[in-house]
Amino acid sequence: MGTQTDVRKMIHDNIVNNRNRVDKLVPRILFLAALVSVVTTLGIVATLIFDSVKFFQMVPFSQVFSTELAPLRAENPTFGILPLINGTVFSSLIAMAVAGPVGLTAAIYLSQFASERVRNTLKPIMEILAGIPTIVYGFFAYSFVTPILMKLIPDLGAKNVLSPGLVMGVMIIPIVASLSEDAMNSVPKTISEGALGLGSTKFEVAVKVVLPAAISGILASFVLGISRAIGETMIVTIASGSSKAFTYDITQSMQTMTSYIVEFTSGDAGTGTAGYYSLYAVGLILLLFTLVMNLFAQYISHRFREEY
Amino acid sequence: MTNEMKDTGIVYDVKGLDLWYGQDQALKNINMQIYKNQVTAVIGPSGCGKSTFVKTLNRMVENIPIVKIGGEILYHGENIFDKSVMVEELRTKVGMVFQKPNPFPKSIYENVLYGPKIHGIRDKKVHMEILETSLKAAALWDEVKDRLDDNAYGLSGGQQQRLCIARALAVQPEVILMDEPTSALDPIATQKIEDLINQLKEDYSIIIVTHSMQQAGRISDKTAFFLMGELIEYDDTSKIFSNPAKKQTEDYITGRFG
Repeated sequence: MGTQTDVRKMIHDNIVNNRNRVDKLVPRILFLAALVSVVTTLGIVATLIFDSVKFFQMVPFSQVFSTELAPLRAENPTFGILPLINGTVFSSLIAMAVAGPVGLTAAIYLSQFASERVRNTLKPIMEILAGIPTIVYGFFAYSFVTPILMKLIPDLGAKNVLSPGLVMGVMIIPIVASLSEDAMNSVPKTISEGALGLGSTKFEVAVKVVLPAAISGILASFVLGISRAIGETMIVTIASGSSKAFTYDITQSMQTMTSYIVEFTSGDAGTGTAGYYSLYAVGLILLLFTLVMNLFAQYISHRFREEY
Repeated sequence: MTNEMKDTGIVYDVKGLDLWYGQDQALKNINMQIYKNQVTAVIGPSGCGKSTFVKTLNRMVENIPIVKIGGEILYHGENIFDKSVMVEELRTKVGMVFQKPNPFPKSIYENVLYGPKIHGIRDKKVHMEILETSLKAAALWDEVKDRLDDNAYGLSGGQQQRLCIARALAVQPEVILMDEPTSALDPIATQKIEDLINQLKEDYSIIIVTHSMQQAGRISDKTAFFLMGELIEYDDTSKIFSNPAKKQTEDYITGRFG
């Protein structure tokens, strides 16, 4: 009223315009962005299923779930997946034998004992570990860790599952440590104070109060670490080799599902052969593995949640 | 020495206590004696140092890394800051109940027995005895005796706070520190805790921080008034509330500030 310009009308027009343009457009753009990942996932699953079906039409189930893996044999190639599952399970177990205890210990230290300054220094350094390209880890396993292990274990093969398993474990430490630390940090400080007030030592508080209260997050971090190990490709491809024998000897080469896929996509499996379609079948089974692990992680976080 | 102190009924003898958070002095030259089997209320406006003071009595304040302490606190004649004093043991003798109920995310049973268990008591019979005595002393037994295995977080706020009191009683303390124990509770739950405090002082010495002057008046024998880190006045509760010696005390209790 005081001014000559009708500010109120200008604001009104502006709001009306914005509502028409921006408010209607933005949700659509956001939706498209969300759609990209959903469509991609569905596309991948569809491709895997279609081509896996072809594989299972060519190769009988009894052979798929056997230990006979000789896909490159000119006559009667066989496609038993068990040696690959075996390789994946062993490399992941070795990795978790390292990442589980070390990661959890680091998490307890960082969340319960480290001073602010130490934590703010150590955590970023640890997270750099997670940023190192896996090919570097693979090379490190093959050219550094394996020779050292050979001195300790004379029978160790130049390609073996032990060395990449250990190195994968180191790679996974930050995942376990960081997620477990978050879980332990989110336990309210008042609860730890209650325990300290009863004369607990810091260690008793960490192990008997904070750890149980954060167990769902800690177990979930383990399961995510396992999924990461199952899906890891480069380290095992380089350092574990491509032996298709079914063995429980971790000093020898084992092929994982992932490194099988690497070998075949970079080799010359003719399009339309059973070998070609076996890639999709292995991919599908790998996907199922990680899917099961992720569902398991979700189940755990609900099942073991201590309410506070 | 120790016996003499007990005979005079003095639990804590605070001498020239200073405390700093980094550069900020939170307690300035506090001198006071706290008596056995009495309820001592600590009042004062926010930031006056009353919580800090109570947390110093069981050295919980030292969990804040930047804290520096000067002076002495004699507990039955022994300086609690002495190297020979084991802080874990001190905290079993001097239990603490916090502002917000903070039971562990465990069963009622595990909550009460946490203290005895970490201090090495493993006999199941003794466990059951401690469980029942502590819960009865905290006036909670009748409400929970049929669901001892339920999670403590299924209890109401007032029940949780009484569970925290039972948890503190389970290690047979001599003193119970309470840091605004009813500030998160409704009036009925508050009333129950106050009744409980009245019963507990038969066996324990209680030091309670409260922002409610009515509460201090209802439950305490002695009242200490803190202001800006200083102990302004410390006397019988009846005296403090009827005829305070200092003007600041009078201003505070008559509601002129704070």
